[in-house]
Amino acid sequence: MKRAQVFEWMAPIVVGCIVLVVWQALVDFFEVPSYLVPGPWLVAKTLVADRAVLLHSLGFTLAVAILALAASIVIGVVVAFVFVQSRALEMSLFPYVVLLQVTPIVAIAPLIIIWVNDPLPALVICATIVALFPMISNTTLGLKSVDTGLLDLFRLNGATRWQTLTRLRVPTALPYFFAGLKISTGLALIGAVVAEFVAGTGGTASGLAYQILQAGLQLNIPRLFAALVLITVTGVVLFLIASLLGWLALRRWHDSAVARS
Amino acid sequence: MTERIAAVSEALVALREASVTYPTGVAALDRTTLSVAPGEFISLIGPSGCGKSTLLRLAAGLLEPTTGSTVRADDTRLAFVFQSPTLMPWANVRRNVRLPLELGGVANADAKVTEALRTVGLAEFDRAYPRELSGGMQMRVSIARALVTEPRLLLMDEPFGALDEITRERLDDELLALWAQRHLTVLFVTHNIYEAVYLSTRVLVMSPRPGRITAELAIDEPYPRTDALRVTERFVKRCQHLSDLMAGNERGR
Repeated sequence: MKRAQVFEWMAPIVVGCIVLVVWQALVDFFEVPSYLVPGPWLVAKTLVADRAVLLHSLGFTLAVAILALAASIVIGVVVAFVFVQSRALEMSLFPYVVLLQVTPIVAIAPLIIIWVNDPLPALVICATIVALFPMISNTTLGLKSVDTGLLDLFRLNGATRWQTLTRLRVPTALPYFFAGLKISTGLALIGAVVAEFVAGTGGTASGLAYQILQAGLQLNIPRLFAALVLITVTGVVLFLIASLLGWLALRRWHDSAVARS
Repeated sequence: MTERIAAVSEALVALREASVTYPTGVAALDRTTLSVAPGEFISLIGPSGCGKSTLLRLAAGLLEPTTGSTVRADDTRLAFVFQSPTLMPWANVRRNVRLPLELGGVANADAKVTEALRTVGLAEFDRAYPRELSGGMQMRVSIARALVTEPRLLLMDEPFGALDEITRERLDDELLALWAQRHLTVLFVTHNIYEAVYLSTRVLVMSPRPGRITAELAIDEPYPRTDALRVTERFVKRCQHLSDLMAGNERGR
């Protein structure tokens, strides 16, 4: 690795360590009670001590987020395919897709939770509503961003609609799709957590949001922080996975992924 | 006029009084009659925006004339070479060249692709991606993709316009060699007078928009043509003549 690369990796880690050390020092020095602000060491210890309950909750939240993300991908891609096949359909339906985006999920989540009795599908629906829009809008834009010269070439060679879609539009849309995926992974997780907050402690299921609510009510602030840390780390890992997938698909040809030599 | 109509019957492609007005109201082409006979190398020359590309798209059947008609011989297999290489960036050279065969469901595609790549001198680059190639090499890939279907008629829209002088002249020579070897017919759009005279059997001069063919100049120099031709007095005079014809169009506006 070159020095610049080492720096690129090390710099954020060093910054993180400094923040943690300063945080711990301030908490120790001012003797801040742990029910106000726990130090990072205590949070780490709580994370280990409560791992059984926390990991179980993480599993649930992660399941909601991943199911919502999968639903967003499938629905987003299908809707985008339909939109590029028919301009009339796109014009009539796109405003309602925007509606999805601008509706505050906290406002409609209680309704969905009432309508759908089972908590898991209810939460997945809420998270999907949050995560869906970037998939639809990015994939639609990508499918439409076709080189007009290539489109002429396909026409001249008698390409069918299907051939034009699979061999021209889909590859063209890939960079846009992956840009949307990076946004939607984060949104799916946020959607899962927010929906569970709204569902409240009444839900039979117990995700990380439930743990945060419970810990807050019991003034178990170290556990609240531990759950927060888990959510954050999960979000970062999901983002990295989405980035990696995009890089794998685009590294040979797209400017965003090819290292400049 | 009667001669032209007689010629239409044996033409690979012909336009009869074809006009094109785009939906935006822009009149791109005005009552143009043109007939391309087998074996010709015709250049269309005129200022930018004069409807040269529109005429080419008509000939390719990518566009229908607003009035008038286009006639193509049934067996006219044609290929189009665009202004830019127009390659699929996600596919390597081999897959780009194979595309027309795949879309047409042609058997034995691989051998044909290999042959086309050898013709343009890119046999070793078949696994490279377009972004890894120079502009001139990308244009060669584009030409290989046009040749792979063994067309009779090659429609070329300022294919070498974006290349440097030396690369362009080399590709011009290679194109002439291909034209002679494969008995191609070429309809070639350019705004470069020297290129038009050097390549063509016939040069058509177009007026500014809405484009019309205002003059026609037969270039009766023997083939093969070489660099030596460029410095002959006859060559320079023809270029001067064409330049005057184009300037006349400008003044006539």
